Amino acid sequence: MKILLVGNPNVGKQALFSRLAEVKATTSDYPGTAVAIPTSHMKLGDQKVEIIDVPGSYTLDPTSKEEAVAARIIKDGDLIINVVNATNLERNLFLTLQLLETGIPMIVALNMWDDTKHRGLHIDYQKLEDLLGVPVTPTVAVTGEGIKELVSRIPQAKALRTPTQTKDQQWATVGGIVGQVQTVTHRHHTWLEHLGDNSIKPFPGIPIALTVLLCSFIIIRFIGEGLIGFVFDPFFDNLWAPLMTRLSDALGSEGFLHDVLVGRLIEGEVNFKDSLGMLTTGLYIPFGVVLPYVFAFYLILGVLEDVGYLPRVAVLLDNLMHRIGVHGYAIIPTLLGLGCHVPAILATRVLESERERFIVATLISIGIPCAALQAMIIGTVGDYGLQYVAITYGVLLLVWIVLGLILKLTIKGFTPELLIEIPPYRVPPLNVVASKLQARIVDFLQEAVPLVMAGIFVITVLEALHVFQYIANVAEPVVSGLFGLPRDASAPLIIGALRKDMAVGMLNGLDLTAGQLVIGCLMLSMIFPCLATFVVMGRELGVRRLLLATGIMLATSIVVGSLLNLVL
Amino acid sequence: MLRKTQMTLTQMNTKEKGTVVEINGGGGMARRLEAMGIRPGQLITKMSAMPMRGPVTIKVNGSRLAIGFGMADKIWVELDNS
Repeated sequence: MKILLVGNPNVGKQALFSRLAEVKATTSDYPGTAVAIPTSHMKLGDQKVEIIDVPGSYTLDPTSKEEAVAARIIKDGDLIINVVNATNLERNLFLTLQLLETGIPMIVALNMWDDTKHRGLHIDYQKLEDLLGVPVTPTVAVTGEGIKELVSRIPQAKALRTPTQTKDQQWATVGGIVGQVQTVTHRHHTWLEHLGDNSIKPFPGIPIALTVLLCSFIIIRFIGEGLIGFVFDPFFDNLWAPLMTRLSDALGSEGFLHDVLVGRLIEGEVNFKDSLGMLTTGLYIPFGVVLPYVFAFYLILGVLEDVGYLPRVAVLLDNLMHRIGVHGYAIIPTLLGLGCHVPAILATRVLESERERFIVATLISIGIPCAALQAMIIGTVGDYGLQYVAITYGVLLLVWIVLGLILKLTIKGFTPELLIEIPPYRVPPLNVVASKLQARIVDFLQEAVPLVMAGIFVITVLEALHVFQYIANVAEPVVSGLFGLPRDASAPLIIGALRKDMAVGMLNGLDLTAGQLVIGCLMLSMIFPCLATFVVMGRELGVRRLLLATGIMLATSIVVGSLLNLVL
Repeated sequence: MLRKTQMTLTQMNTKEKGTVVEINGGGGMARRLEAMGIRPGQLITKMSAMPMRGPVTIKVNGSRLAIGFGMADKIWVELDNS
């Protein structure tokens, strides 16, 4: 038996789904599409049933790829839980009427029930139940209120198969129902609503956005540095370092196995940054350097998401984004890219046209530094002074804009207009923020740790076989001739294809000038995505577009690297 | 009877109210807008507009929608003079 959660976007479907699901959801793409469908199980009496979180839709007569997928899934459903936003009955009931026509047993969850009170809405839900002819239960998915009642009424779901109406008839019916069940009392806007409306006006919206952005960076830096200084560094220095020293002694301080596990001793000591052993640098980089920033970044981003701020950023930036051939919503995958490119490339799925997806994905992989790279940029380039950090970010931003303008003019296709719903601000429940953060951290660690380990193993082997020497000779004209870097810098540039953070660490060991280090970091950012991103881009964009994007990356990095070499 | 003023969403001033009279665009666009609650006869309030042909934000029933300039320019509204 398949139970489907169906409703408009932004009605709390996802929260309801996680309340009902007994086991962690598995997400898979609907066959032949890039639309992800979360699926899980729940207990109904002594029966175990499948529940599916159907993509948010406004209508069954599809107007987007998500709605097309939703309409197809609904055809095979056994029971529908129609999730309705109680604060916007009119639009939500339009879909409800269409669902009733399908003849699939259905019940209605009148969600966001708590919001109706502070909006001055009084809904007679028993009357709504009588008028619709299927059970109606008020729920507050984020707090869990009403969920038990909802589950207990699932067996009462009714199949009506109401006669098909035209859209005008449906709207008229909806109007009639709303008129009978809902009364609106006037009341003043809450401060949250005032803030919500003001933050999509040019003024004070733009100053607010700049303030939010600045504060986010300060808070991320503060949390990241705090975690490093008070948690991770003490752990590695006081607990892990003695263990590694003992291991090093036990392995005889040298030899291949020693180099693989502990790495080379720097001045007779284990050095977490430069030793390049799997158990030293291999653990220190993902946990001690990058994880603190990833944690801080996803914490802040998660709060901004759940508060409902991001769609407002999309509106404020729509203008700017249209100049580079995409619409404002593209800012959301782009912001995600500041954390990790893999989820960012996946998030480009929200964009409707292939052209937009290609432009945004390419720009992310060239101009947006991921948290791993940023942690290293701040940590190593920052040692030479803040102005060099500013140059690094400034050049990336400039490249992002200029390349965007070029791509807009050269990539064929169209960019649809922005059309999005702006959700009201909400105070996000702590457990929702925490569980999302946890899932993202687990994803990061699962991705980063094995790749860093593999990378370090590969480095040790390649070094033992003198492969880097050979590559350095071949790549010398570009690396030294164009970019003005020492020939040994080619090794980190190649390792950058595995993990960016490791490569910056390797650059650091080369005694570069500040200018060379900036160029090195920028080349690492642009020349090639990390392996995980490369694979995801190939899957999402197709091989032809992946190769095109890779070509653009190489070309951009050669042009920018040569220019910078002349300037810095 | 006084003839009421008609204009597009982009020409309206913020805080003005009006009733949608016509969506002057392709069928796909009209269907998408209708599903989101914007259809002839619907009362809307313009909330804000970004400068230089930026998106327009309107209030429809309980929700707020942001509409790209090109699309907003095809939505005709009769101003509510009351």
